[in-house]
Amino acid sequence: MNTAHSAHPAATVVPPQAPAVESAAGTAVLELRNAAVRLGGATIWSGVDLRVGPGEFVAVLGPNGAGKSTLLKALLGVLPVASGQVSVLGQPPGRASRRIGYLPQRRSFDTSARIRGSDLIRLGLDGDRWGVPLPFGRRSRAAARRVAEAIDLVGAAGYAGRPVGECSGGEQQRLLLAQALIRQPELLLLDEPLDSLDLPSQAAAAALISRICRDQGVTVVMVAHDVNPILSHLDRVVYLAAGAAAAGTPAEVITGETLTRLFGTPVEVLTASDGRLVVVGQPEPPALHTDRHAGGGAP
Amino acid sequence: MTGAGFSWNLLTDIREMWSFPFMVNAFRAGAIVAVVAGVMGWFMVLRRQSFAGHTLALAAFPGAAGATLIGISAAYGYFGCCMAAAVVIALATRHRGSAGSRATESALTGVVQAVTLACGLLFVALYRGFLNGTTALLFGSFLGITAGQVVLLAGAGLVVLAAAAVAGRPLLFASVDPGVARAQGIPVGALSAGFLVLLGAAVAETAQITGALLVFALLVMPAATAQRLTLRPLASLVLTAVIGWLVTWAGLFAAFYSPYPIGFYVTSFAFAAYLAAQLAAAARGRARRSPALAGAGVPA
Repeated sequence: MNTAHSAHPAATVVPPQAPAVESAAGTAVLELRNAAVRLGGATIWSGVDLRVGPGEFVAVLGPNGAGKSTLLKALLGVLPVASGQVSVLGQPPGRASRRIGYLPQRRSFDTSARIRGSDLIRLGLDGDRWGVPLPFGRRSRAAARRVAEAIDLVGAAGYAGRPVGECSGGEQQRLLLAQALIRQPELLLLDEPLDSLDLPSQAAAAALISRICRDQGVTVVMVAHDVNPILSHLDRVVYLAAGAAAAGTPAEVITGETLTRLFGTPVEVLTASDGRLVVVGQPEPPALHTDRHAGGGAP
Repeated sequence: MTGAGFSWNLLTDIREMWSFPFMVNAFRAGAIVAVVAGVMGWFMVLRRQSFAGHTLALAAFPGAAGATLIGISAAYGYFGCCMAAAVVIALATRHRGSAGSRATESALTGVVQAVTLACGLLFVALYRGFLNGTTALLFGSFLGITAGQVVLLAGAGLVVLAAAAVAGRPLLFASVDPGVARAQGIPVGALSAGFLVLLGAAVAETAQITGALLVFALLVMPAATAQRLTLRPLASLVLTAVIGWLVTWAGLFAAFYSPYPIGFYVTSFAFAAYLAAQLAAAARGRARRSPALAGAGVPA
């Protein structure tokens, strides 16, 4: 299979616009300089440079196994950076975790998961605190209000009281987004949030994330397998492939010239009549990723 | 185990039962054990670690048999062996997460289980004449619980419950959503290991009343029952403890006035509660669905 982006015909009809890059020259939310990550002796990627300003919507693209999720885990401080410099919200990775919302890659919750969506969202607020919370009092009411606000923000009021296992994939994704948003983070790291959603839900979720990014001024870094549902919302793109990365605006990065240089093999980018991009010739490493969704993202 | 015999005046029965100091001890021990097992079992069910819990329960058998063999109190054997097995399983399963390691985890847990059972059998064989005790070790007994044992159970139980209260919220987070929990800086691996050790202690307590094979009556069934009845974590935990407590006391009551063993009664009552909860949940589900269906036909 040579076409990585766009297996679906004529779905997202939004044509790509020139993205408004309003990168404040001052503080960078994210900064990687010549960064590299090694896992079990193998270099996943190296020489990655990236600078993301406040309120930007950034997509991390690339073939399976290129280290897209690894990039998010390195930013979270869950995986160590082997060399180079990484700063997240002005601090080394892992220090600012309370100011970051994270949505890991996953398929879904088990249908038998006996926990309500609202409880899951509440865990995002104070699940890392020790001790038992009192189920009454001022603090409890404030927490309940925050949960309700987060539920409203993602439009999940209709199913937040149901067990998560009984919610659809799109509903679960919205609940998890609410969980990631409840602390009003300055940075949202989303790992394939559109994966496993049907096309209308993909478009709706992309619009929701983009709205949150603009309205709340949250910087969003989203790993995506298919750029098309989010293309019109993006400020910046990081394309990971063959152990290296290319970063810039979508118009700079998703071109035959840039991707050919990145992959080291001829790659073409075709624009469909509806404005969607199709990358042709991108080598896909086969049969490596049977495990990539398993287990909530250890090691 | 009949004193004056069962009358339908329950108050008189209870007064009669509680006139025996060993029965008072049994009721006290039963209440402690039911609450501790219920709370730890609740997390175990949530974390889908029933197989690990079962293995820890079986470790109670060689623990008690070994302690008897070398002539120390069985209680030490229970705690020592169950918690040692917990440490072994925790070390062997440090890298929970990927599918491959989960397969290794269950295989290793199975290995631990087989080894503990075999050791128990060996200890029983070495200690000849122990055979009557074997049934009690496997299926439980409420006779001969001393006041000292009650104090030990209460002390260990308090430690377990205090640890659960302190670590409960991060443990819940790490159990339902390990990826995000880790990203929030929660020590998921350490919590997982610590949980297993606490579970080992809870199992060691429970096994002293229900026997090694029927620990699950108090570890799984009250938690599973409560989780069917409510989705609220705190309410569900409290309900678990209450169900476990009621089931245990009812089992003690029934065992006192009948010739059959306590393990059977506790398990049966717990199962009845679980069945009732399932039926209630099914009925509620149907009630919730039918108005929606009826409403769909009515023009607004």
